[in-house]
Amino acid sequence: MADEAKSFSQQLQGFWVTFATMFKKVNTVQYPEVKEPTAERFHGRHQLNRYEDGLEKCIGCELCAWACPADAIYVEGADNTEEERFSPGERFGQVYQINYLRCIFCGLCIEACPTRALTMTNEYELADNDRAKLIFEKEDLLAPLRQGMIAPPHPMYPDSSHLNYYKGEITGSHPSQAPSQTQEQK
Amino acid sequence: MTPEQAVAAVDTVSAIIDGVEVTVPKGTLIIRAAEQLGIAIPRFCDHPLLAPAGACRQCLVDVEINGRAFPKPQASCTMPVENGMIVKTQLTSPVAAKAQEGIMEFLLINHPLDCPVCDKGGECPLQNQAMSAGRSESRFEGEKRTYEKPINISSQVLLDRERCVLCARCTRFSEEIAGDPFITLNERGALQQVGIYENKPFESYYSGNTVQICPVGALTGASYRFRSRPFDLVSINSACEHCASGCDLRTDMRRDKTLRRLGGDDSAVNQEWNCDKGRWAFKYITSRERVKSPMVRGADGELHEASWPEAIAAAAAGLKGKRVGVLAGGRLTHEDAYGYSKFARVALGTNDIDFRSRPHSDEERDFLAAVVGDLTTTYADIDKADQVVLLSFEPEEESPIVFLRIYRQVRKRAMPVVSDAPIASRGSHKLNAKLVASAAQATGLTAQSVILVGERAAEVEGALSAALELAKSSGAKLAWIPRRAGERGALAAGALGNLLPGNRPVVDSAARVDLQSAWGVPSLPTTPGRSTSEILTALSDGSLDAVLVGGVDPMDISAQALEQLLNTFVVSLEISHSSITAIADVVLPVAAVVEKSGSYLDWRGTARRFDKGVEDADLRSDVRILSILADELGAPINLPTVSATAREIESLGAWDGARASFTKREAKAAKSDEFTLVSWRFLLDLGSLQQGEANLAGTAKQARAHISAAAAAKLGVSEEDHLIISSERGSIELPVSIREIADDLIWVPRNSPGSQVIPSLGFTSGAVKVAKR
Repeated sequence: MADEAKSFSQQLQGFWVTFATMFKKVNTVQYPEVKEPTAERFHGRHQLNRYEDGLEKCIGCELCAWACPADAIYVEGADNTEEERFSPGERFGQVYQINYLRCIFCGLCIEACPTRALTMTNEYELADNDRAKLIFEKEDLLAPLRQGMIAPPHPMYPDSSHLNYYKGEITGSHPSQAPSQTQEQK
Repeated sequence: MTPEQAVAAVDTVSAIIDGVEVTVPKGTLIIRAAEQLGIAIPRFCDHPLLAPAGACRQCLVDVEINGRAFPKPQASCTMPVENGMIVKTQLTSPVAAKAQEGIMEFLLINHPLDCPVCDKGGECPLQNQAMSAGRSESRFEGEKRTYEKPINISSQVLLDRERCVLCARCTRFSEEIAGDPFITLNERGALQQVGIYENKPFESYYSGNTVQICPVGALTGASYRFRSRPFDLVSINSACEHCASGCDLRTDMRRDKTLRRLGGDDSAVNQEWNCDKGRWAFKYITSRERVKSPMVRGADGELHEASWPEAIAAAAAGLKGKRVGVLAGGRLTHEDAYGYSKFARVALGTNDIDFRSRPHSDEERDFLAAVVGDLTTTYADIDKADQVVLLSFEPEEESPIVFLRIYRQVRKRAMPVVSDAPIASRGSHKLNAKLVASAAQATGLTAQSVILVGERAAEVEGALSAALELAKSSGAKLAWIPRRAGERGALAAGALGNLLPGNRPVVDSAARVDLQSAWGVPSLPTTPGRSTSEILTALSDGSLDAVLVGGVDPMDISAQALEQLLNTFVVSLEISHSSITAIADVVLPVAAVVEKSGSYLDWRGTARRFDKGVEDADLRSDVRILSILADELGAPINLPTVSATAREIESLGAWDGARASFTKREAKAAKSDEFTLVSWRFLLDLGSLQQGEANLAGTAKQARAHISAAAAAKLGVSEEDHLIISSERGSIELPVSIREIADDLIWVPRNSPGSQVIPSLGFTSGAVKVAKR
């Protein structure tokens, strides 16, 4: 008899957690209808940044690919020419691919990048039903054009050099260049 | 003298480096003696093949002789080891370590921090040694000196002056090794920089080596610019397919694509150098003109893509039971040439095979069969020669590494060089060559002398007889140096009408029986076959029905060659679309160098093996395709792979019986009242393996017609004028260059832009009409 009473009290003790939880605030998020923001420094999809006038920051140096422990990044550099300029200075990244089947989001590529061209966004929705679609090309990774930016190729800001860009002295495209585009790129 | 005595006879000295005793031959530099102990002293300017310079000061060490120490650290790359020397490197001497660290700091003051965009990044001695011997933080706070980035010192070589550490490796290479002092150090102090002469670009055939030995990224190649990083590259050992010098190469590939080629280290051949053609002419492999799939000419007269079985069946149907000739071309590997040779004898039952897709003669055929297979001259013979005689041979244009070896001896000990060239080329000037009219006028030859005969000797009746005569009478070493990489291998493989593989003469029944039993065939054709020109004539007059062509440009043979092939059944094994594939009935695509393995025999007859670089190449080597074709014809040659072919060649061996006979020919004096044309090819010209590389073509020499001052006066032209050189077939127009040449001779390059001699004039040497435009 005493055993039965003990067993009942034990059951009550066990269910108490369940019972008490019924009156607590619900933690469930109705994803994907509801999306909660991630932690500020969450390692999500990469982004290739631009200078304020729209030129790309990536110089195609491959240091990100070098740093990558999962061999997820493939880069081919190329020469900027006077007619076709994608970044300040001599070199730009012609081919830029990140394979999200391999990426482990460790962020070593971000640390390696000498121009802060590569950073990570908080975007985490990277699932797909096609493996090929998970190899992101440069156009998938490039940051959208904001107000005042012009899509490359276009010349550097008049009378400036790549050093002015590195020092952050270029704050927008020159009025003489094409009218600023506001349309968002993918 | 026994070998032991020979070793003892070398004077040696002993010293102690970092507490370890080392004994080295007298004159050895401290830096080299330290290397023997496995002690790496950092350095930039030091290079084992260049004279010491002491320019960069990075290799400072503490030195003490017989108890007396030098007051300051000394450069170990300029100081030879002496008896009783005690050397302390950065490993044991804090003074040396601090000195090296200080030098590194000085070098980095003006060196830009642009490693991320520099092609050298990742394989840079400055980067590496800054990590091993430098400080982690810079103390320099001033402005770095900057220059315009990069400047073209030729169309292929780019100079970034900011990055230069003034080691002078490039200028020393150009002067000491190549003999082309086109670059030099200008200005002094912090402004010192590498420069070219005004309006004179760095157009040396060896300019690529400066890119390879530059210890920083100051000199870079335009075609490799920003293409890759060292960790992307897979390196394979390869052999150069461009000439018979036999260079060892390193091919660097990224994702199965060749991105660059570097001179490999073979001390017996190219040392660490190679020429710009071997380094940069590889774009043809990835050209859009490559044939990707088999093609068969349909009833509509057009070529259509076909499956391999279809194409093989079409080729076999056209060849079966027909009288077929084989033109094997001079660019084949030894194994592929052996495939053609065996295919002709076994599957086609003919000796009508010839690898010479260039002007040739019967005298040359006999010379090749009787003499060349047994020649044993090597680069070492050139190194110790008392005289070198060049007959119908321009080493700088036709075999550039042979040129470097001769030039080294000319520079070192003023070795006499004699050439029978009609005009002193730049190469002849560099070699300080004495020009003679013919081989007979070369005097003073001994058993130590070396006679180098080029392939153009076939164009002059009696020239090869005279060369042989000269070698026999003087006891001098003889060598035959063809221009193409595959010719010596094709000769060894018996791709010649009068010769079977391994120097077996066709007319020797014992040699034939030997080969029959090795090949397991009941009989072999007994009559010597036709030469290239005879095959072409026979095709046009109907005494042959079909032809199998492998890698031949008909314009290298004669102006009529293509026309002679028009009305015949042509099976072409080719890498790229060409004038032959345009008229062929069946085109079978074959692999190019990085897609296959194999070997070339260089001019010494030594095999230069190379491996496949592309893992899953779609195409196969010629020999594999010939083997399938032979199966289809019902006469198998059983050569399924390159390695099986190499094994068969090895087991077959060379013939130990009598050689083919050689009959001496007399020189004919051809004299014309007008001008006589003489020509040879430039190294960089319109050759089909140089296609698609504009940066390299930009460094080629400009085509000009060379005439004497007297002839120019007679024609009333100066160097600003143009000449029209014409024959019955056509004409070429070239600017004039007045040089030292006989008054009745005119020299033009053979296959350069604006000067394609064979298609335009119909011959390579002969009487032409010359007039002012």
